[in-house]
Amino acid sequence: MTEVNAPVPRLTEAMPKGVSLWQDAWVRLRKNKLAMAGLGILLLVIVLCILAPWIMPYGYEEQDLALGATPPSSAHWLGTDTFGRDMLTRVVYGGRVSLAVGIIATAVALLVGVTYGACAGYLGGRVDAVMMRLVDIFYALPFMIFIILLMVVFGRNLLLLFLAIGAVEWLTMARIVRGQVQSVRQQEYVEAAISLGLSPATIIFKHVIPNVLGPIIVYATLTIPQVMLLEAFLSFLGLGIQPPMSSWGLLISYGVETMEEYPWLLIYPGLALALTLFALNFFGDGLRDALDPKASKD
Amino acid sequence: MWRFIGLRTLQAIPVIFIVISVTFFLVRAAPGGPFDDEKAVSPQVRAALEAQYRLDLPMHEQYLTYLSDLLQGDLGPSFNYPGRSVNELIFQGLPITAELGFYALLVAVGIGVLAGVIASLRPNTAQDYVPMSLAMVGICMPSFLLGPMLVLIFGIWLDWLPVSGWGNSQGDKILPSITLGAMYAAYIARLSRSGMLEVMSQDYLRTARAKGLPERVVVVKHALRAGLLPVVSYLGPAFAGLLSGSFVVETIFQIPGLGRFYVQAAFNRDYTMILGTTTFLATLIVVFNLLSDFVAAWLNPRLRYQFSNKQ
Repeated sequence: MTEVNAPVPRLTEAMPKGVSLWQDAWVRLRKNKLAMAGLGILLLVIVLCILAPWIMPYGYEEQDLALGATPPSSAHWLGTDTFGRDMLTRVVYGGRVSLAVGIIATAVALLVGVTYGACAGYLGGRVDAVMMRLVDIFYALPFMIFIILLMVVFGRNLLLLFLAIGAVEWLTMARIVRGQVQSVRQQEYVEAAISLGLSPATIIFKHVIPNVLGPIIVYATLTIPQVMLLEAFLSFLGLGIQPPMSSWGLLISYGVETMEEYPWLLIYPGLALALTLFALNFFGDGLRDALDPKASKD
Repeated sequence: MWRFIGLRTLQAIPVIFIVISVTFFLVRAAPGGPFDDEKAVSPQVRAALEAQYRLDLPMHEQYLTYLSDLLQGDLGPSFNYPGRSVNELIFQGLPITAELGFYALLVAVGIGVLAGVIASLRPNTAQDYVPMSLAMVGICMPSFLLGPMLVLIFGIWLDWLPVSGWGNSQGDKILPSITLGAMYAAYIARLSRSGMLEVMSQDYLRTARAKGLPERVVVVKHALRAGLLPVVSYLGPAFAGLLSGSFVVETIFQIPGLGRFYVQAAFNRDYTMILGTTTFLATLIVVFNLLSDFVAAWLNPRLRYQFSNKQ
């Protein structure tokens, strides 16, 4: 991940009829066809996942043992698995868990990373040096191995999965936010807030963070696919989501077992995961270009 | 340079120490002992077993003995494979994983740099878009999806390559190496493209061209060295990724390497094995990060000045 050198957000409130940063970004984003396609796919996936219990013709655990595994047909668009369960339903329900893990773990990372980074950047000096050195040390830790360890030691529970993944992803967030806050700290409106006698906490959360929201949103969008990959990786190894719950990673790992006879059980969950990751990455890239035109592409 | 190396190494020591300590206490804090499953174990046998693995000592003594054993390079006995030490198991799996990692890195750097440089030579043309779109596909195709798909296509449908194993039949190393390296090839392609583009617009390259050097010399001798810096810095993290990626790839292709040992140890709750492997892998990763920092600093003097001024 590269350092994001965003320009200091423009003085938007001062220009009553001007174009706000957000409107400006939206105009630029709309011109980016790949990003809009990504957004479209994402919205579709999200709506499907949310509405799944009402619109899916089959139940998630509804078995038809007599039917068994059948290739895609008009009754079962993505075929059925070895228990005769409808694959489309299972893929959509798996998506609920995958997306939920992606969003919640990113939210954890966001909460910790933004608070930590903003405090370090705002307080500066020795506090900042110590806080960032700590981040450096954490950065060097091989977290993938630790997450596996955590899942082994404390059992495979969903809450822990959120915490563990969130604990890895907050570091980059903290670094980005700190850099941004350092540049905003020098601004007159922060000095004005200080001279009004506001507490540091109020200044950080009310005046500083809202002004560095752009890079935070961009990075959060790009964190979600990473988190989803991590969850799928763990679930594939059998260390993540446990049955009867399901996620795309788990469906893929089931699909691998029977891929010789029933390749569609591997291909469709894989396609769903890859397509969603694709959409998220393109949307995130587009969002970065739109909100932060100066940032480099990589 | 020496100052840089010294300071950086000093920073790495606490990291390794934290890794070892955290792992040790995490594993000890785990609910349930390693011998809980064996119902028939009598109290005497159990006590003997616990004494053998030093589980009867107070926690801090266990920790200190573990540390002192570790300093002598002894990772202790395995719970699950009686009579065998963790060292033995690690060194049985390590050469295989190292070989797999080496080939994967070859795939990643070879294909990645080539694709990135080719793309950067004509930005915003088909020559740029095609490799970069492929790179995006590579990033979105996790190894646990790519691997089975490759097996399905090349191993089962086309029947060109063996579907599993390592060194048992001809060509069985190809699919695992590609599976493990693909995602890193994609990242490296993106990194080297943007690195090259940045360098290409600089004055010294214009000078090189103005001197009348052929384009090949300009690109290979002048641009590559600076343009590939981001790739070198990325090799450290990529190595860590390759190691954890080997967990999945070795599971898919049934390769008896370190990664599969680790995953199996995790399932068997073989605590000493987990502890030993974690310590070993973590140290390896920290050392490789360090090495890639050194190489990056050697290639880019600005990095080390920045470092010595910051201190």
